[in-house]
Amino acid sequence: MKIQIRKFHYGDIPEEKAGGQTSYYKSTEQSWPLWEVFIRSKQGLDHKHAGSLHAADARMAIENARDVYTRRQEGISIWVVESKNIHASDPSESESLYEPAADKIYRHPSFYDLPEEVKHM
Amino acid sequence: MSKLIDYTLHLADTALIISHRNSEWCAHGPILEQDIAITNLSLDQLGQARNFYQYAATLINQDNSSTVSEDSLAYLRGEREFKNLLLTELSNGDWAQTVLRQFFFSVYQYLLYEKLQHSNDEQLSAIAAKALKEITYHIKWSGEWVIRLGDGTAESNHRIQKAIEFLWEYTGEFFIAADYELIDVAQLKEPWLKKVKEIFEEATLELPYPVYMHTGGKQSVHTENLGFILAEMQTLQRTYPGLEW
Amino acid sequence: MQVQDLEKIFQEKVDQEIKIEPRDWMPEAYRKTNLRQISQHAHSEVVGMLPEGNWITRAPSLKRKAILIAKVQDEGGHGLYLYSAAETLGMSREQMIDDLLSGKAKYSSIFNYPTLSWADMGAIGWLVDGAAILNQVMLCRTSYGPYSRAMVRICKEESFHQRQGFEALLVLSRGTAEQKAMCQDAINRWWWPSLMMFGPKDSESTNSDQSIKWKIKRKTNDELRQSFVDMIAFQVKVLGMTLPDPHLKWNEERQHYDFGEINWDEFWSVVKGNGPCNKQRLAARRKAHEEGAWVREAAMAYAEKKAAREKQKAA
Repeated sequence: MKIQIRKFHYGDIPEEKAGGQTSYYKSTEQSWPLWEVFIRSKQGLDHKHAGSLHAADARMAIENARDVYTRRQEGISIWVVESKNIHASDPSESESLYEPAADKIYRHPSFYDLPEEVKHM
Repeated sequence: MSKLIDYTLHLADTALIISHRNSEWCAHGPILEQDIAITNLSLDQLGQARNFYQYAATLINQDNSSTVSEDSLAYLRGEREFKNLLLTELSNGDWAQTVLRQFFFSVYQYLLYEKLQHSNDEQLSAIAAKALKEITYHIKWSGEWVIRLGDGTAESNHRIQKAIEFLWEYTGEFFIAADYELIDVAQLKEPWLKKVKEIFEEATLELPYPVYMHTGGKQSVHTENLGFILAEMQTLQRTYPGLEW
Repeated sequence: MQVQDLEKIFQEKVDQEIKIEPRDWMPEAYRKTNLRQISQHAHSEVVGMLPEGNWITRAPSLKRKAILIAKVQDEGGHGLYLYSAAETLGMSREQMIDDLLSGKAKYSSIFNYPTLSWADMGAIGWLVDGAAILNQVMLCRTSYGPYSRAMVRICKEESFHQRQGFEALLVLSRGTAEQKAMCQDAINRWWWPSLMMFGPKDSESTNSDQSIKWKIKRKTNDELRQSFVDMIAFQVKVLGMTLPDPHLKWNEERQHYDFGEINWDEFWSVVKGNGPCNKQRLAARRKAHEEGAWVREAAMAYAEKKAAREKQKAA
């Protein structure tokens, strides 16, 4: 349970006596978890990250995704995953993770010169 | 012909009024995601209403060469002409009352349209077939909410119990046919009860004891709610008759 | 690495138009500025549902009713995308909403004006959304990745808003004398507040410089305001209506319209909470939030029960 107490320029007057805009908003409730939404826009394409939303459980997350992210026929299939279950690579390691691939030009087809006659390969 | 017109208007009015009620939640829902969800329902139902009104207008205009439109039918008929089900005009109450009303109605609407899609009337059958896809989702959405609230917290259980108590007596009307109805609605009662029971069981809720059932919506004898809905909805069309908007 | 080095790398990235992503290092002030701006933007969308929602039950035709419902719903969707973007900066939506409801967080002042006639629906679409779009198109290229992506999605959806607003006014402008008067009256009431939407003048704005350096914003308030005036001054002629500004005049030399001074006292007064509807708007959001609390709790309680049952079944 988190309780926030805010003061709004009333100096040292105790909050309960300050009147005015003392915040009485306390988030005591456990809010719905956050989900990441992935949508396949049409058959044959990958699911692509569309955004996120809140839902109490997976079933509701799919329905919410349907209502929120496919209002204009953006999708034909939905994946949801609770955000806390996503593990991400560390951006500070990106040099060691991704740059070594840069000089492996022999992985790309254009590295290989073939005679004209072979045309499509 | 006049029976078919009355029936089409009954279907149109019912869809419009429940759409109108659900649209009152827009910008006031319990959480953004659900605000958006119930607004989708409202839009589906408004679409259904428009299809029926447009069809009714075609029927009326060929009948006596008058020139009514979807809008004149929705905005220029009074509360003693509207034929919507009483259940649809009841106030939204809290979220429990709204989702339960939606559930009761959607299950009924599904069973009804299932029959209607096989009707000899091509138009009605086409409108029903299209709407069934939407209604399938409405049942799922509202049914899941009934389960969540029934089996959620003590407060939510209490609230949905109260909603059952309040709404139940407006469900009997579904199954009593008006003389213009094309579908034998009495036979929908059993499958309706079965589905309601199934969801209630999952929601740890019980069916209420038989109570007195209100009727009259189909015959245009309404609760006091409808007059206010129409007064609000029709204000511009009544204040400035005959204008384009 | 030293903070100065990190800051240097960060600024280089921004200069090279490389987007900043949630897990990248960023200066604390950059995070805060984005958080403030994105959450204010989200609040504006959600509070912005209220003035238009006010006319949903009174829309004058079934077509207009459908359009209006869809539009207000879109705004809810936009609020949701933006809250999600802001959440990537480490503040929960719950916290942001608490800040809104307690009056700490701001939202666009325009929504503190009342919607008094049907024509206001058109005027909001044309002027308010028109002003918003200028801002939003710019923000599609903002440097923070999640914000930029949310804006791209929003801009796609938003383009229908301004068009439908203008079209609604066009119908009125071709209607009866009463409808024309309704149209002109709405334009008169919404014009100045729309100009205020771009915020204080560049000379008064505290956030602008740094925001531009970080490419959170790409144009100044005054630049955006000028493009808006130029656009609307042209379009209003198509409607056959006028803008309520005697100083509005094409300036051949500048190749822009000159326009009169905004009433900045009014601007600040509304920002500080004294607009015609500040209290009503917040009260409506509070009511929805408070009355929704038991619903959100119930859904969570049920989800937990169900998960526990499934776990037990599996064991």
